[in-house]
Amino acid sequence: MNPSVRMETRDLSVYYGKKPGVKEITLPIYDRQITALIGPSGCGKTTFLRALNRMHDLNPVVRVEGEVLLDGKNIYDPDVDPVVVRRRVGMVFQRPTPFPTMSIFDNVVAGLKLVGERDRKRLRQVAEEALKAAALWDEVKDRLFSPAAGLSGGQQQRLSIARALAVEPEVLLMDEPTSALDPASTQAIEDLLASLKERVTIVIVTHNMQQAARVSDHTAFFLDGSLIEFDRTEKIFTNPKDPRTEAYITGRFG
Amino acid sequence: MPRWIYRRLGDRLFAGVVVALGLGLVLLALLIAYELYSGAAPALGRFGFFGFLLGREWDAVRGVFGAWPALLGTLITSALALVLAFFPALAAAIYVVELAPAWLKEPVAYLVDLLAALPSVVYGLWGLFVLVPPLRAHVESPLYLWAAAHAPGVLPLLGPPTGIGLFSATLVLALMIVPYASSLARDALALVPREQREAMYALGATRWEVIRGAVIPYARAGIFSGVVLALARALGETMAVTMLIGNSVELPYSLFGPAATMASLIANEFTEASDDLHLSALVAVGLLLLLIALLTNLVATWILNRMQLEGGRR
Amino acid sequence: MNLGRRRFRDRVMAALVVLGTLVVLVPLFFILFYVFAEGLGALNWAFFTQGPRPPGEAGGGMLPAIVGTFVVDLIALVLAAVLGLAAGILLAEYPEHPLNPPLRLVADVMAGLPAILMGLVAFVLVVKPLGHFSGLSGSVALALIMIPIIVRATEGVLKLIPWELREAGLALGLPRWRVVLSLVLPAARGGILTGLMLALARGAGEAAPLLFTAFGNPYLTTNPLEPMDTLPLKIFVYAVSPYEDWHRQAWGAALLLALLIMAASYLARRYAGGRR
Repeated sequence: MNPSVRMETRDLSVYYGKKPGVKEITLPIYDRQITALIGPSGCGKTTFLRALNRMHDLNPVVRVEGEVLLDGKNIYDPDVDPVVVRRRVGMVFQRPTPFPTMSIFDNVVAGLKLVGERDRKRLRQVAEEALKAAALWDEVKDRLFSPAAGLSGGQQQRLSIARALAVEPEVLLMDEPTSALDPASTQAIEDLLASLKERVTIVIVTHNMQQAARVSDHTAFFLDGSLIEFDRTEKIFTNPKDPRTEAYITGRFG
Repeated sequence: MPRWIYRRLGDRLFAGVVVALGLGLVLLALLIAYELYSGAAPALGRFGFFGFLLGREWDAVRGVFGAWPALLGTLITSALALVLAFFPALAAAIYVVELAPAWLKEPVAYLVDLLAALPSVVYGLWGLFVLVPPLRAHVESPLYLWAAAHAPGVLPLLGPPTGIGLFSATLVLALMIVPYASSLARDALALVPREQREAMYALGATRWEVIRGAVIPYARAGIFSGVVLALARALGETMAVTMLIGNSVELPYSLFGPAATMASLIANEFTEASDDLHLSALVAVGLLLLLIALLTNLVATWILNRMQLEGGRR
Repeated sequence: MNLGRRRFRDRVMAALVVLGTLVVLVPLFFILFYVFAEGLGALNWAFFTQGPRPPGEAGGGMLPAIVGTFVVDLIALVLAAVLGLAAGILLAEYPEHPLNPPLRLVADVMAGLPAILMGLVAFVLVVKPLGHFSGLSGSVALALIMIPIIVRATEGVLKLIPWELREAGLALGLPRWRVVLSLVLPAARGGILTGLMLALARGAGEAAPLLFTAFGNPYLTTNPLEPMDTLPLKIFVYAVSPYEDWHRQAWGAALLLALLIMAASYLARRYAGGRR
């Protein structure tokens, strides 16, 4: 079974001023699979992730070299608009960031309204689907118009996921999405990842190895800005090729 | 000295001094209110509170004092100045926080803050000698002449194009509150967390959409406070307005003609007050100014609370 | 809405923002330009060393006003600092004290009051009993304006001092008052001085509250019980007068004030910013 490649990076390097954050990473992201990025703090996994939806564009001191291909086209080509890229490649952040002045409903459809969707029926429809996909619908369906800030941390994170899903991205990037949550919420989100991958390709950064082992199909191990090893998750965790990978897996560092 | 004296007595003494001074400040504030009230009492007693507030005549010679013209002047100039000042102030704040290249942020912010700190008399001086002559020659006179030829009915609304009057005073007032409102708005915008912007960008928003959709809403309470503080400043502005408004307490006002505000009235007449009633009337105007300032504050706080609570309600 | 339209709107809004910023900055340049251009010529030796000539006569200077500005403002600062610092310390270091809610209310309300009202109050409190105008009454008026600034700055900077510093002092066995006096206040020194400086700069620029308190005085005096002149008062009186030479001197005084404000602003940014 050879899943097709949705995104891939070719010799991707990211520099903060003079310092390299990641160096020459070549990595495939398989379509509708979950790829986990693991490694000790500062190894560059988040830097790598943010290059996949051109978030580094927001930081003037950051320089990106190499290529990131989405369906074969380099997203850093001069004729590509980052706004379009970010619609196709969505992101969920480490800390839940609901827009506090908006209701739950307005948060979910925030992305849709950007492209000018105004039809109330359509918005309602998409909101319901997205909230169901994020396993939040049942908890909020009776209070869609109450403030988003009133939700618990775990609910807010699922709201962020629903918000990202509402614009129907092809790829969803998740930057340590459960690290700020309690175990029950973490579990809830891990559970929904399995169903999510049927609709979107997922790339998840996590500092929790067990989480990577539980949810992902492929795992990439980063160390000091370089990609050390990339393989199917079972292989990485049962029979890693590189001694450094093994050292990290068995907890000898990081 | 014995340990316990050092500790307990020291603590008691220090706290005592601090509390006494703090209490003194609170009592001072009450004293301010009391003195203003008692100074105003004779005039208010003579004309009645509402009689004074709504009285349209201010005539020191006949001893008739009504604050309405001055009140109207204050409200008109402040409201107009705020309307003129709002968008430039917000724009400058957005520029510094969101758009300016890193090396330009600090200098622009410094310049705006400098403008905000410039004394009122300096604005008045500049307005008088730099703004008024060209205003009279290139704006007011041409408009007046045009109206005289094509729409003479408008002439009383326009008033004599001397350059000194409601119009120039409002312009300079707007100039004065812009930097003040801007630096307050800037502080509010700067407090918006980075993640809020990133979350909006991640949905595929353009920079303006991020500002309008995530940054400004998040900062709206702070921006609103800034607007209110700027309004409060405009209501009480004295020197520049006094120098430019012409100081005529006669209604009806016209756009280019002279007018008066509560502050300019006090500034103009206080040292020349002919008798005790006149003086008391001026203090009463001051009391009214105080009440308006307090009212503005109260309304603003109420609106602010509703803004915080209103979270996501439709 | 397609991408092209959104991109276009993004550019238009950016242009409008820049335009708005220019609307704010261009007048500033105009004002500063004129203040420097007109004022520089007036700042001659006579300006700093002589008193004013009778109206209509050219020449003379602003020595009484310069000295008066110092005297009135410094007395005001001392009065304001005593009350303002105490209030700031009370609000920051004794947050549980019942006096705090009314104190905070007072400080917030005073901050928003027009300066001329403080002049009225000082008139009633000092000028009336004394029977004549005085620099002291002017100082009282200015102090009332400065107090809220000092309270805010002091409370603000004290609250920024990490709790651990106080804990460390208490753990060493120091009583609370020693902790505040010897540890916390010195640590907050920069911010407090900045607050005092900003208050001084604010007071130095005020004219409205001095119109009927300090009132003005053509003769040099350092006795606060006599009427005194200050630079802002002079600017006002000279600017509205019909005499050209007085206009020239008014610009000079404006330049002096502007330089003072610029220095205070710059220092405040450097030292307050450094504490953050």
